[in-house]
Amino acid sequence: MSTQAAQTAHDAHTHTHTVKRYRGLLDWLTTVDHKKIGILYMIAGLFFFVVGGLEAILIRIQLLKPMNDFVSADTYNELLTMHGTTMIFFAAMPLLFALMNAVIPLQIGARDVAFPFLNSLGFWTFFAGGVLMNIGWFNGTVPDSGWTAYAPLSGPTFNGTHGMDYYVIGLQIAGIGTLLGGINFMATIINMRAPGMSFMRMPIFTWSIFITSVLIVFAFPVLTVGLVALMFDRLFQANFFEPGTGGNTVLWEHIFWIFGHPEVYILIMPAFGVISEVVSTFSRKRLFGYSSMVFALVLIAFLSFMVWAHHMFATGLGPVANALFSIGTMLIAVPTGVKIFNWLFTLWGGSIRFTTAMLFAVGFIPTFVMGGVTGVMLASAPADYQYHDTYFVVAHFHYVIVGGMVLGIFAGLHYWWPKMFGRMLNEGLGKLTFWTFFLGFHLTFFVQHFLGLLGMPRRVWTYLPNQGLDTMNVISSIGAFLMGFGMIVFVVNIIITWIRPRNAAADAWEDGRSMEWSIPSPPPEYNFKQTPLVRSYDAWWKEKMDGKTEMTPAEPVGPIHMPSPSILPLLMSVGLFIAGFGFMYDHLVLSIGGLAITFACMLLRSVFDDRGFHIDPEEEVHA
Amino acid sequence: MSAHQHAEGQLPHEPEKATLEGRNKVLGFWIFLGAETVLFGTLFSAFIALRHQVLDGPTAQHLFELPMVFASTMILLTSSLMSVFAVQAMHNNKVKAMIGWLLITILLGLAFLGLEITEFNTYVKEGHTLKTSAFSSSFYTLVGFHGAHVAFGVLWIGLLIAQILKKGLTVVTAPKIYLSAIYWHFIDVVWVFIFTVVYLMGKVG
Repeated sequence: MSTQAAQTAHDAHTHTHTVKRYRGLLDWLTTVDHKKIGILYMIAGLFFFVVGGLEAILIRIQLLKPMNDFVSADTYNELLTMHGTTMIFFAAMPLLFALMNAVIPLQIGARDVAFPFLNSLGFWTFFAGGVLMNIGWFNGTVPDSGWTAYAPLSGPTFNGTHGMDYYVIGLQIAGIGTLLGGINFMATIINMRAPGMSFMRMPIFTWSIFITSVLIVFAFPVLTVGLVALMFDRLFQANFFEPGTGGNTVLWEHIFWIFGHPEVYILIMPAFGVISEVVSTFSRKRLFGYSSMVFALVLIAFLSFMVWAHHMFATGLGPVANALFSIGTMLIAVPTGVKIFNWLFTLWGGSIRFTTAMLFAVGFIPTFVMGGVTGVMLASAPADYQYHDTYFVVAHFHYVIVGGMVLGIFAGLHYWWPKMFGRMLNEGLGKLTFWTFFLGFHLTFFVQHFLGLLGMPRRVWTYLPNQGLDTMNVISSIGAFLMGFGMIVFVVNIIITWIRPRNAAADAWEDGRSMEWSIPSPPPEYNFKQTPLVRSYDAWWKEKMDGKTEMTPAEPVGPIHMPSPSILPLLMSVGLFIAGFGFMYDHLVLSIGGLAITFACMLLRSVFDDRGFHIDPEEEVHA
Repeated sequence: MSAHQHAEGQLPHEPEKATLEGRNKVLGFWIFLGAETVLFGTLFSAFIALRHQVLDGPTAQHLFELPMVFASTMILLTSSLMSVFAVQAMHNNKVKAMIGWLLITILLGLAFLGLEITEFNTYVKEGHTLKTSAFSSSFYTLVGFHGAHVAFGVLWIGLLIAQILKKGLTVVTAPKIYLSAIYWHFIDVVWVFIFTVVYLMGKVG
């Protein structure tokens, strides 16, 4: 396109429609920019991480000594329910979505996700659901049936207060957001890759998010149905899980775990991706066995749908079912082992830099292996009768979720922080975070294996003295405080970094391999001035090795089309939030009014086309 | 930007896939239908697990009137065919014909809904409500979810007809028509399974 033609085209666009752009708070409430939505997810996720962490600290204070009466048994039930639910749905998931949003479009050379509006809607529905569930704390009716909400404990017969309504409706609203996110990122990764980026040239983090999104799309609707059924039981006297009227409590277990098992893989897959990126970058080596890594991800995702009943060995499904699910579960160790060895071989012979991100990644590997080994132990159905519902299980899933996913998230946050904010986190404080969090983690949960083997049951608010449990519980609580301290250091690090100048280089770690490191930190609103041409795996590394200082462009410079900001996603979520309360407290006006707001916003969105606006990157530079 | 280039002139061959936005919508919607499949799959599983728990309520054999349900099935299958004709008309750029076919589609959808409401009404009179038994709860949830999908589809396609009248057929409106059509087919396929699993198996098994 000649410059004159470009100019005419540009004039035609800018003058035909102007879009109102907001500043300050309204900018954040209306944004459809994936980078800003990523930051929103991160802030909300860290907030709920702190809330869930405080709940954990209260649990550990209660268990500090035998027969403690720091909290009552009822409060303890509420704390452990809210700790589990908050950490999984409102801390871990949004932190993963934060990394997905911040990084994926940059890694595939796209200007945004496939559906920017839905992306914003996904964030606000998640946030509305999280707030709704936690409001229970303020009026004294808190969910208290465990994060698994097993029927009939969670049903109206045994749980007459509004506590579990907050769980059911809060998760339902948040689940909409997660499902939208899954659909969005699947479509983005399939359709929006830059020219030249074939599937087998995608960065491994992109692959892991692609597989995660597939799991979300096929697992979350199951939870939706389970929650609908439980809600009908609780609010409209339906009989899905009410044994007295023909309902079936085992049905809830099946529904919950058909969702729940893929869910824990939704949590760990992105961590696999982060660790692969970090290990490869700071070993200054191409990831060892890239294609086997991809294959392992796909295989783990497939198997994750085949093993849900290993959570139900003690339910009594019979020896044949238990044996099959045992074998299926153990099979998962094979592709996971492939990944572990690939990480080790990537490290082998690399010129390793122990940055904070790398420390978290290197700490992840043995910790996750330990969680995997106890996983195989639990997969053995006869032995599981011994471990079931003891602290051994608690130790196992904290090793894979905290030792696996949370270390992965910390690695990712430290690694991509300069890309998200243009500022490097302080390395000294980062290393202090790592060592306190890492040691605190092992102190807290390693002893819990033995507490479990000694027979200490999980979910019970206290224990008797002189049964060999006292000392290890003290150790475990001290570890929890140390993790809390590590978290405080991380927050201090964020604040200190915040007041430092914004001076991170584009290729902040100098050894970046994928395309997010080829553009400024933080990237401009449109990400890439020109859509890049991808010439190999590790696209940016390839250009650097060829002596280039930027990606090879695949298009001339021209005006860039951007989607308009919109307040509708926030309003739609507020509508759902109001309707949720209407359903809970039987206010027909509130329920209908809330849903009316949501549907009215959908109507507006459908009727008024979003024509967006255009940015001219050349002008931006001059301005 | 290609989104507006064709608005005045000739529409491209497959207007729903002419822009990246359109292609994203079509792909995203297929993925959404994948999620919907899992949603209905779970509802079916719950129904199959609970369908014999009738307690003191009326049984499936007693309740279901196959001729009526068969009529509903035929109506919905025909409306699905009508939306195929609508998409064909769209591909041939015959806007008036397309609107006609879409109108018939939603009229048949409304007829289906009318029959379903009558049917539910009869059941309630016979003492078969959401609260009666596990069978009734899972029946109303599964069939009701489908009915809600039909109702949403009718409103959606109705809104799209209004938009076409106002904005004409463009590369922005064409993907919407296309998506509503595949949505409508999906609802139809779900109904085929409901007819088999709920009604036929309820009458026989």
